[in-house]
Amino acid sequence: MPASPRTLFEKVWERHVVTAPPGQPALLYIDLHLVHEVTSPQAFEGLRTAQRKLRRPDRTFATMDHDVPTDERPFKILDAEAEAQLAALAKNCREFGVPLFDLDSPEQGIVHVIAPELGLTQPGMTIVCGDSHTSTHGAFGALAFGIGTSEVEHVFATQCLWQSRPRTLRIAVEGALPPGATAKDLILHVIGDIGTDGATGHVIEYAGSAIRGLSMEERMTVCNMSIEAGARAGMIAPDATTVNYLRGRRYAPQGEAFERAAADWLSLAGDAGANFDRELRFEAAAIEPQVTWGTSPGMVAPVSGAVPNPAAMDDTSRRQAAEQALAYMDLRPGMAIRDIAVQRVFIGSCTNARLEDLERAAAIARGKRVAAGVRAMVVPGSQAVRRAAEERGLDRIFREAGFEWRQPGCSMCLGMNPDILQPGERCASTSNRNFEGRQGAGGRTHLVSPEMAAAAACAGHFVDVREWA
Amino acid sequence: MRPFTRLSSRVMALDRAHVDTDQIIPKQFLKTVGRAGLGRGLFFNWRTDPGFVLNRPDAQGAQILVAGENFGCGSSREHAAWALLDYGIRSVIAPSFGDIFYNNCCKNGLLPVRLPPAAVHKLMSAEWLTVDLPSQTVTGAGEPIRFDMDAFRKQCLLEGWDDIALTLRHAAEIGAYEEKHT
Repeated sequence: MPASPRTLFEKVWERHVVTAPPGQPALLYIDLHLVHEVTSPQAFEGLRTAQRKLRRPDRTFATMDHDVPTDERPFKILDAEAEAQLAALAKNCREFGVPLFDLDSPEQGIVHVIAPELGLTQPGMTIVCGDSHTSTHGAFGALAFGIGTSEVEHVFATQCLWQSRPRTLRIAVEGALPPGATAKDLILHVIGDIGTDGATGHVIEYAGSAIRGLSMEERMTVCNMSIEAGARAGMIAPDATTVNYLRGRRYAPQGEAFERAAADWLSLAGDAGANFDRELRFEAAAIEPQVTWGTSPGMVAPVSGAVPNPAAMDDTSRRQAAEQALAYMDLRPGMAIRDIAVQRVFIGSCTNARLEDLERAAAIARGKRVAAGVRAMVVPGSQAVRRAAEERGLDRIFREAGFEWRQPGCSMCLGMNPDILQPGERCASTSNRNFEGRQGAGGRTHLVSPEMAAAAACAGHFVDVREWA
Repeated sequence: MRPFTRLSSRVMALDRAHVDTDQIIPKQFLKTVGRAGLGRGLFFNWRTDPGFVLNRPDAQGAQILVAGENFGCGSSREHAAWALLDYGIRSVIAPSFGDIFYNNCCKNGLLPVRLPPAAVHKLMSAEWLTVDLPSQTVTGAGEPIRFDMDAFRKQCLLEGWDDIALTLRHAAEIGAYEEKHT
């Protein structure tokens, strides 16, 4: 009897089951464990206290990103707590034999930017990190998800995790994205439709011709924000785009071994007729450049639209949330999105700080000037991205336009380092969360694509990039 | 981990949906290398409002938090669970939770209880509740309400198991898996 058709997720899951005792979740083997300074110190301390070993330091890689200032280096870290946390990571990595891309490393950068560019991230792997945006790596057809610090310690000690099998959700996006609409707009559009808990308990597989047409960097942007829809993970089937991206990367297999690996990766794509628990379909042609207006990524509107009126919302919980959001954001119902003025612009984060993101933003900024009263920052996702951008002269385009060209780190995505908003400041940001205070207490965040952020910087308010000249 | 069996306590109601972990514990409290003392950062930005539930006299000493849907969405920071526990909260009742937060609660002996929205809404006005894990019930003024819980998680919470020790009992199987896959 032929085996029943399986999805991409099922194939990756089944390869990693170490044991599945009756009545228990499955014990899954973890191929790659990524570590950063914020969510690991208590886990290392737990190992030490229990006198346990770190089982697979060869499958564990650490970087410094969340707390890191983005000033020119070398710098003195003025925040004693951040300095202590970074020092703890360095000490822990030395003690447990974990490779660390520290601030002196030419490979340092945001964890979800460096692992793919180094070829550490590969199709079919299970990948975890104490960070919810680990979903990024699903762009390669890996099963990648964020975990808490207790689970970080568990993976350190056992290289495994107990996991209940999630449900599956196929999101097909068909057709071609119209000019001006990006991968960021695609995922914001999807979250706006299904809601920030629309995929809770599910692993999403993104499929359809619009997804197939995306580059690896664009696929990473889409998968990155899966968590913003509540999903456990997001995945995209490996194809020629995936294989071409990985060829020649430092930690990818080389030569003959690469060809064998590539054949295996391509076999991971879901079988025809495989079943999902849920399926949704979107038309790419309907996707416009998006701007969030509220305090949750699902509170989003097309740039041609207006701030919604909570009074017109039937659902009490939605209405109440929208009222609270508009009060925090200091916006009036009915106001055109284009009329929202910004004082800050942030181009960066694990969502949108890769080379293509910077190239597209630079194409908008070329020959323009940042508007008076606006402070705009460009923070490359890694040292490698920064070098590649400088080779292409992007730093000069940004600097000449009045943008700050900074050193890699999480920067203003989460305000754990000196890059923060002041209370009341409004920011066009290419990051992933517009939660209250996310970029600094009292700060107001609008999530947009790199193009939209660059255009807002030059205009001083949101503009439709489709009309940008 | 401290086991969880049964808890009777005063109730604190937070009638808000999609409370993300950035609200539960803001970023500035994440620079610690320890787990203790995070209660002072719990809902740090909201508690400056004298009318916020944490500041209400009738919520003092409450160990049960009742909240809106999708509680604990967003960032994976386990500091959110640590902050709730350090403040004194031992159970959170909501219609739904962020997946990672739910998991983090279970790893720390903080019981997350999922109940239908209408039931949660009703419990928001309760003064006193009993959460009983063995029978999987929440009891207020009326009939006990039953909640679902994965049998394995339930057992871990009841016993207060260190799940690393539990997993290491499978060391031979893990070794065999590694042998086969390298």
